[in-house]
Amino acid sequence: MPEPPRRGSAEELPHGSADGVRHATGWRAVAQALLRPSRSHLVVAVILMLAGLGITLQVRTLATQQDYSTLRRSELIGILDDLTAESRRLEAQIVELEQTRDELRSGADSQQVAREEAARRREELEILAGTIPARGQGVRVVIDDPSGGVGSSILLNALSELRDAGAEVIELNDQVRVAAGTWVAGDGAELTVDGVVLTRPLSIDAIGDPHALSEALRFRGGLVSEISDERVGGRVTITSDAEVTIGSTRQVTQPRFARPA
Amino acid sequence: MYAILGLLVGVALGVFLQPVMPTALQPYLPIAIVAALDAMFGGARAYLEHTFSDRVFVVSFVSNVLIAALIVWIGDQIGVGTQLSTAVVVVLGIRIFTNAAAIRRSLFHA
Repeated sequence: MPEPPRRGSAEELPHGSADGVRHATGWRAVAQALLRPSRSHLVVAVILMLAGLGITLQVRTLATQQDYSTLRRSELIGILDDLTAESRRLEAQIVELEQTRDELRSGADSQQVAREEAARRREELEILAGTIPARGQGVRVVIDDPSGGVGSSILLNALSELRDAGAEVIELNDQVRVAAGTWVAGDGAELTVDGVVLTRPLSIDAIGDPHALSEALRFRGGLVSEISDERVGGRVTITSDAEVTIGSTRQVTQPRFARPA
Repeated sequence: MYAILGLLVGVALGVFLQPVMPTALQPYLPIAIVAALDAMFGGARAYLEHTFSDRVFVVSFVSNVLIAALIVWIGDQIGVGTQLSTAVVVVLGIRIFTNAAAIRRSLFHA
């Protein structure tokens, strides 16, 4: 049933107020609208349904979509420009950092090689200079001369022969390490090496090829025959050992006069 | 009563049916919603002041929504879409506040 169009006015009855209720105001009007729905309310309901549908749709669209969908072309172009410039800058940074990384890596490699080489050379030099203990196959020579006939010259000869036979590390009486600066003094009863008085019996530890070392002492006219001679009257015992340990060390002093040329 | 039910039904439809908005219309939906809000507040005010007419309400609702969307569409065509939608939102916002003030006055007398 089509209702005549109504212009609401103070003189008119409210919609659907066929029971003669006069205009309610304020909250009473609201209550009346809630309690007594009329036909025109249906139209409003349809319209509001459409509005609710639209609002829901929009809220859902915004929730599911990216923010960019509401932006305009110029803004999108601006964002794209920014992103492109940013990614270009970052790519340049990547290249730079990779270069730095490669440089550092190769630098670290060569530094590592140099360090290993230096460590190896240092060990060699330390053994040569006698500043660290050493071990290896070698011989132990014990010289027993009750009459004290072994003097500095015989000891020096013995050391020279051992060096000649390839002795790498030599130690006397388990207390004196023989190295470049070693000196031998005294004669007969008292032998002094590097300021240390050697007690009898003398012992010499040498690291090197045991066979070559013992042969170097045993050859005719060598240390053994010289000491076994009647004039000295001593006895030499040579023992080959697969593991000779030399524990004594020397201090290296800074040269006062010599400079690298 | 029907009005509130209608609003709830609309929201429920939107939530459960999940209709898809055509992409071409998407930029205009927010403006249309603001226009609809304006029409709803205007209708509520008219009801409280006993000047409500469903015909006026329907016509004003539809025309508000359409004109708002049309203004933004024209703005998009001539390159001032952002500014025009801002203008529409501002004007409708002012109207909504005016209507809300009138509603408040008739309900609370304050």
